[in-house]
Amino acid sequence: MHSMFKRTAAALAASVALAAPVAAELTGELRIFLDTSNPAPRATMEAMIDRFAAQHPGLEIETTVIDREAYKTQIRNFLTADTPDVATWYAANRMKPYVEAGLFEDVSDLWAEPEIAENLASTKGAMTIDGKQWGVPYTYYQWGVYYRKDIFDELGLSEPTTWEEEKANCEKIVASGRACYTIGTKFLWTAGGWFDYLNMRTNGYEFHNQLANGEISWEDDRVKQTFANWKELIDMGAFIDNHQTYSWQEALPFMVNGEAAAYLMGNFAVAPLREAGLTDDQLDFYQFVSINPDVELAEDAPTDTFHIPANASNKEAAREFLRFVVSPDEQTEINNGANLGQLPVNAKSSVDNDKFLLQGFEMLSSNSPGGVAQFWDRDAPAEMAKVSMEGFQEFMVKPDDADKVLAKLERARQRIYDN
Amino acid sequence: MTVAVDVPEQESWFHKNQQRLAPWLFLAPGLLFFLVYVIIPVFQSFNLSLYEWDGLGAAEYVGFRNYEDLYWEWVDRDAFYVSLKNNLIWLVLYLLAIPAGLFIALFLNQTVWGIRLYKSLFFFPFVISQVVVGLVFTWFYDPTFGLLNEFLGLFGMGPLNVLGDERFVTYGIIFAGLWPQTAYCMILYLTGLNAVDPEQIEAARLDGAKGGRMLWHVILPQLRPATFIAFVVTIIGALRSFDLISIMTQGGPFGSSRVLAYYMFEVALSEYGFRMGYGAAIAVVLFLIMLCFIAYFLWSMYREEKGH
Repeated sequence: MHSMFKRTAAALAASVALAAPVAAELTGELRIFLDTSNPAPRATMEAMIDRFAAQHPGLEIETTVIDREAYKTQIRNFLTADTPDVATWYAANRMKPYVEAGLFEDVSDLWAEPEIAENLASTKGAMTIDGKQWGVPYTYYQWGVYYRKDIFDELGLSEPTTWEEEKANCEKIVASGRACYTIGTKFLWTAGGWFDYLNMRTNGYEFHNQLANGEISWEDDRVKQTFANWKELIDMGAFIDNHQTYSWQEALPFMVNGEAAAYLMGNFAVAPLREAGLTDDQLDFYQFVSINPDVELAEDAPTDTFHIPANASNKEAAREFLRFVVSPDEQTEINNGANLGQLPVNAKSSVDNDKFLLQGFEMLSSNSPGGVAQFWDRDAPAEMAKVSMEGFQEFMVKPDDADKVLAKLERARQRIYDN
Repeated sequence: MTVAVDVPEQESWFHKNQQRLAPWLFLAPGLLFFLVYVIIPVFQSFNLSLYEWDGLGAAEYVGFRNYEDLYWEWVDRDAFYVSLKNNLIWLVLYLLAIPAGLFIALFLNQTVWGIRLYKSLFFFPFVISQVVVGLVFTWFYDPTFGLLNEFLGLFGMGPLNVLGDERFVTYGIIFAGLWPQTAYCMILYLTGLNAVDPEQIEAARLDGAKGGRMLWHVILPQLRPATFIAFVVTIIGALRSFDLISIMTQGGPFGSSRVLAYYMFEVALSEYGFRMGYGAAIAVVLFLIMLCFIAYFLWSMYREEKGH
């Protein structure tokens, strides 16, 4: 279930002890908990920590890598007892329970330093609760439609930009015996991605945020419009059958085998698609089409973060580590294609020369005027996220029951937000 | 100063009561652990069910609000209703493991060459982990390449997405659960059959009993202890059916395969769960259901003891 990996950097530290020590000498122990359990991110993080250790030979660093899914439940235990000095987590509402319980350290002082204030401004909002900052981001990635360019070429289609083009494309793809979109909703959150985009395109970023914060009824006509748009795609046969039985990884083969033409996903889907044999000529990316021309385009760009637990024992070293993680050079390094393959959070870093990263960066920095959302299960409170994503899945299987699903979500909203 | 060296008639209190104390001393570790890990938590979770608590901050006393919410979920045919209904389906259908186990045990209770191998093969599903059972059946049911649909295809039927259809999903999981549970009941009956008195069978045969009548009137009464144990473990197994659901569907699609134990885990301890009090309230309900069976088992065991 969960893999642990411990290592002290003592040996490494000894080998560089002769190097000139940096400004303030850090001593003691620094315990870092990571949820980056997949092989590539894990290697990236370990290499980064090694570089940090080389700069601070007096510091004894202990790293623990916990399985990504198990981490989500274990964090509650280790923030209260046997606490590490640095821990990974997610931005926005996802960190709220821990902020409210006083388990994350207020790091507004770091954000006041010009080095961070100037270069990380774009992600400040996602790290802010009650006017204070509670951690630093280390990577983020775009969401959008990854599609099979060769299938589009074969059918004579081009990248759509409007809802009409989108539906026209989809009709042709369905007519060719394929599904337009692959998706696996077994773990629910993938349906949350679809809802994010459909709702933000139909009603705009502000409305979407208000809905996530429980300020708008789920039985509002505008929400119903979002579901009506969604239903158009479902009724057309746009999505693969039996998606409720697959995880997002199990949905990949449909696209690789050409049974589905596209996938609305985060950029992390590119690596497995390439590994499965799709070349960059076959695979391409477009921004989710606009639906309501009156609302500005807004995107999902989930941010992964580092935090200092309030009960940490070596906060000085932890702060130095956070500064190190967001520094321009480290950001360029850990987010490049050979490592995380995502976008750096520091404005002074450079984006790796990868066609998807470049397109994503371009899209987020210049074509997302409406705002940038984290993701449905990070923006909405945990309980609402769970209930609603279950509702989205039910709706995708039984689109005619939309009203029933929305009534259920409305009941949940009244219960969840009233306290 | 002199010291009275011999005090033979002054026995220590411990010495005097040794006979009565000894059993308690031996029981003490067990009682202690039972108290700490079972009895006290029962009261603790009842207490917790009266609070609203996210597991991190301060708990807020809400009286019976959590139970009220459960009641409304029941009225609205929501998650709690679905879980409770599934629990009942589990209870009833899981009992099929008992006759199935008996049937296989009778079938295997013969002396042919290599019977030990066959017996262990039939027992195999109980040996492998529930997680593996869950995975194997998930593949078996897979709508695109699963064996079940290949098989149905031979008869021009299907495809059937067992785990993706809210009508079939619970039955699909129960069927997977029956596989190891049947093996368990089988082994209980096999040991029971070893203890069946051959003279009684002989006598019954002389009286002309055979087939079904022999089974019903002669064999089964002698298998009563095995049946009792099989019943107990199957009921308990049905009520704590958690691992298969977690592996095969995570309670999905849209929560239609949840049972109370899984629902409790989901609201209190899973990725999105932050409602400890609500989870505790579900646990209390589950405990009350179990209590009915536990009381029945204890009562029938007590009666048995008295009979002897």
